[in-house]
Amino acid sequence: MKKFLIIFTLIFLNIFCFNCAAVNDSINVYSWGEFISNGADKSINVNAKFTEETGIKVNYKTFQNNEELFAKISGGGADYDVIIPSDYMISRLIEKNMLAKINFENIPNYKFIFPQFKNLNFDPKSEYSVPYMWGVIGIFYNKNEVKEKINWDILWNEKYKNKILMFDNARDAFAISLLRMGESINTTDKNIWRKAADELIIQKPLVQAYVMDQIFDKMDNAEAVLAPYYAGDAAAMIKNNPNIGFVIPEEGTNRFIDSMCIPKSSPKKELAEKYINFMCRTDIALANVKKTGYSTPHSEAYSLLDDEIKNNPIFYPNESIIKKSQIFINLPDNINKYIDELWVEVKSGGTSENSWFLFVFLACFGIIYLSIFLCKKNKIKKS
Amino acid sequence: MKIKLKLNLLPYILWMTLFVLIPLMLIIAFAFTTPEGTFTFNNIIYATKYSAVFGRSIVFGAIATIICFIIGYPMAYFISKTKIKYQSVFIMLLMIPMWTSFLLRTYAWMTILEYNGLLNKVVSFFGFEKINMINTPGAIILGMIYNFLPYMILPIYTALSKMDKRVIEAAQDLGANKLTIFKKVIFPLSLSGVISGITMVFVPSVSTFVISKMLGGGAILVIGDLIEMQFLGNSYNPYLGSAISLILMVIILICMGIMNQLEDYSANQNKVK
Repeated sequence: MKKFLIIFTLIFLNIFCFNCAAVNDSINVYSWGEFISNGADKSINVNAKFTEETGIKVNYKTFQNNEELFAKISGGGADYDVIIPSDYMISRLIEKNMLAKINFENIPNYKFIFPQFKNLNFDPKSEYSVPYMWGVIGIFYNKNEVKEKINWDILWNEKYKNKILMFDNARDAFAISLLRMGESINTTDKNIWRKAADELIIQKPLVQAYVMDQIFDKMDNAEAVLAPYYAGDAAAMIKNNPNIGFVIPEEGTNRFIDSMCIPKSSPKKELAEKYINFMCRTDIALANVKKTGYSTPHSEAYSLLDDEIKNNPIFYPNESIIKKSQIFINLPDNINKYIDELWVEVKSGGTSENSWFLFVFLACFGIIYLSIFLCKKNKIKKS
Repeated sequence: MKIKLKLNLLPYILWMTLFVLIPLMLIIAFAFTTPEGTFTFNNIIYATKYSAVFGRSIVFGAIATIICFIIGYPMAYFISKTKIKYQSVFIMLLMIPMWTSFLLRTYAWMTILEYNGLLNKVVSFFGFEKINMINTPGAIILGMIYNFLPYMILPIYTALSKMDKRVIEAAQDLGANKLTIFKKVIFPLSLSGVISGITMVFVPSVSTFVISKMLGGGAILVIGDLIEMQFLGNSYNPYLGSAISLILMVIILICMGIMNQLEDYSANQNKVK
């Protein structure tokens, strides 16, 4: 028994020491998948280079979406030192008091960031975040099938019934409906959200599927002809298939900005700042933007890009589109909950009217169970 | 009753408490608390708003289970009737697809069922009009059947092949015809396999969310999607998510309870006769 106890205590100690084992010479970075230059195709391996120059090891972990990051961090299960969430998630983390203020004296390279990416609505005083990448949402279309002018309204066009894809994510899908209506994508008016949901319900019969990354496959084999998605993915897709085009609707669009932040729980804030500063160095920023295909807020890296990319309106749209674009911020909890409810309604067509159904169902099951039970008893008695 | 704690049980107990008991307790605790930490029934009441989704999942699961049974039982019967050396080949053939990832297999169905997919290419080759198959309830149920059919066949096959041949011979000696033998001897003896097959198909089909997402085009919500949405959706709400999971668990428990009662019932009936 003693031996076993010793072994088990050792195992437990091991589990708890996972955190303490990581001494000062490593940091945990939590970011989007394929969001950094990783050494493939002769690019710079950014993390390896950081370790080489500073001796600090980088544990690089990736997430699928902002919500996953939020669930991980608010669960308190992990200590991350640098995270790269998007705009609205940054504002939510700030509201929940989960981000540390960055000491910009440790990040001299911050001066390279274009001034128009500072002091934006999600971090009004630019205290918590350093912009890393940005982009806009636009519509991918099949050039053979779609010849007319493209704006948000085309996603409601009967002509393309069953050929339209939509975001499988409440905030992005609603943003399209709101942009089409000319409303703010950050409205807190429940009536407007209701109206946006009604429009999405009208649109639903025309929609082939609500998907995220699957749009690449479905657009590529012409299963669908219209799909809104992030501009960063345009490069690869258009390169692979010349039949696919990308348009940013003139009515205005959603602009997203992914920024580097430091969670309050990080025990190694200074190392994290060192890493952020490193990421803002011109050669590193350039390598990252070349690899990921998103747009950079880094002035030097931008000026070093090929003219072809610099002048490409997909990646660097002109001033008027930027001006008309809107950035997500976090919404109050009750609105978020309401959006989820509406989203379920849009996707399932199920309203909340028949809530008695579940109870009836459970009751029926209970009765069946009881009747079998009683039947059995009777049979046993008879015999 | 004396409960003797044996040393060799320790890993089991440790595993069960760490990964089954504690998470289960957490789900129950979350289901009945507000974010502020006070007791509430609101999560459960709120979850009943999604009755339609619950109903749909249960119906899908039930249909998939019934079809799996209709296909699976004859298959298992057939396999158990062939020569021993072929039996392992058939079982192997059943298992080989399961060596590839579940996700990959479902993804493959997507490309088969798509409007410009494989199946429609065959259909249009023969001059028929293309059929819209993907993103329908039928596609989701097909995905469930395809993925979970082996779980129906294997336990039934085990029950059938374990059966004592002499019992059947005895029935033949007593003059029972083939149908009577099947009805009175073979089927009742294989019932334990049927019951575990049904549970093993029904439970994962009710709680799946990947299949509905891939083959349903995200437009047909089932409970799995709903729970996922609470944790990774727009509003992070583990309280409601836990409440929905709890209701799902209760529904599955009741279903399994009914199945178990049926099994006992038929076992007793046989004894009586």
